[in-house]
Amino acid sequence: MELEGSVHKNTQFWAEAIHASLKFHGIRQVSYVPDAGHSRLIDLCRNDEELTTVVLTTEEEGVAMATGAWLGGEKSVLLMQSSGIGNCINMFSMIRECKIPFFTVITMRGEKDEFNPWQRPLGQNAEKHLELCGFSVRRIEKSEETRTIMDHVAEQVFETSSMGAVLISQQMIGIKSFAHE
Amino acid sequence: MNDFQQRSLNYPLRRREVVQRLLKNRNELLVVAGLGATAWDVTDAGDSPFNFPLWGGMGGAVSIGLGLALARPHDRVLVLTGDGEMLMGLGSLSTVGVQQPKNLAVVVLDNEHFGETGMQTTHTAGSVNLAEIARASGFASCWALKEPGELESTRLRILKDKGPLFCGIKVRAESLPLVLPPKEGYLLQQRFRNALFENKN
Repeated sequence: MELEGSVHKNTQFWAEAIHASLKFHGIRQVSYVPDAGHSRLIDLCRNDEELTTVVLTTEEEGVAMATGAWLGGEKSVLLMQSSGIGNCINMFSMIRECKIPFFTVITMRGEKDEFNPWQRPLGQNAEKHLELCGFSVRRIEKSEETRTIMDHVAEQVFETSSMGAVLISQQMIGIKSFAHE
Repeated sequence: MNDFQQRSLNYPLRRREVVQRLLKNRNELLVVAGLGATAWDVTDAGDSPFNFPLWGGMGGAVSIGLGLALARPHDRVLVLTGDGEMLMGLGSLSTVGVQQPKNLAVVVLDNEHFGETGMQTTHTAGSVNLAEIARASGFASCWALKEPGELESTRLRILKDKGPLFCGIKVRAESLPLVLPPKEGYLLQQRFRNALFENKN
């Protein structure tokens, strides 16, 4: 599938760095609602026999799954785009009350040059929403920072049973536009 | 009240007795209980560190069960929840259908009402059949119960049959005395993990 060919080229390096970091920290379950920006990473995870990948119908399922995975002794990650934050907020109350280590990697929409205005309300306020829910948030702006930031957040999440989010800036993903198609 | 609202007042199965019978000789069956009445029912049958009763996260019980079942493929996992909680997370039945966890069973105690909030009717008092949704989602076995006759076979199927399993049990709509589990989420999480990792591994 070359539908998102240009996206693939741009994301190759950082997607591999994220996959390597997930493996390094012993993450076993990867749940996701797809985003074009995450497609390379999702492929890497699906092709990795040591990872259980779970496609969700809505992002909040991934928050609940992380709770079950941790009860059973497995570390997990939720991959989603920024609009998914809004679908998770009630479930975030559960992981906060239960002190479940929770790790999410979010591709950003609704930043500068976004062509779809409906993405802006959550995209522009992603960090504020997450912080209100109890997350520490780090943003990756440049591909070469990926591994360092991923390792830092993963370590914090799993060593201190806390909530951590890594945001992948839209400039790293490429701007989606129907005009080019 | 119309006929649909009234019919569940006369269902023969009573939720507390159903849960006691399903959890008899459970041993180390891992139980996730949906928020509200099912969490109280599970506690009434005997509080255990292998119970994870929910006080929130409505719509998430099946997804918690899925994460747990995937993490512990050699243990049996039972999600016991109510019709209102299940209706809020119908998409999770699709996700389970795609994953096909062999060790996961979902049992819905369906009284056709939101019992904790004033006994308003749910969708199952109308056109919705949860077991048929589970079947169409790809669960390996789905069945419905209305009479006490099949409770014992259902108990055994939860422990042994190849999942994912779904059983919808029509129970009487009734308000019962509260039997509350601990409500501190961190405590519930810690005691579950401690019991699991001390006893097993």
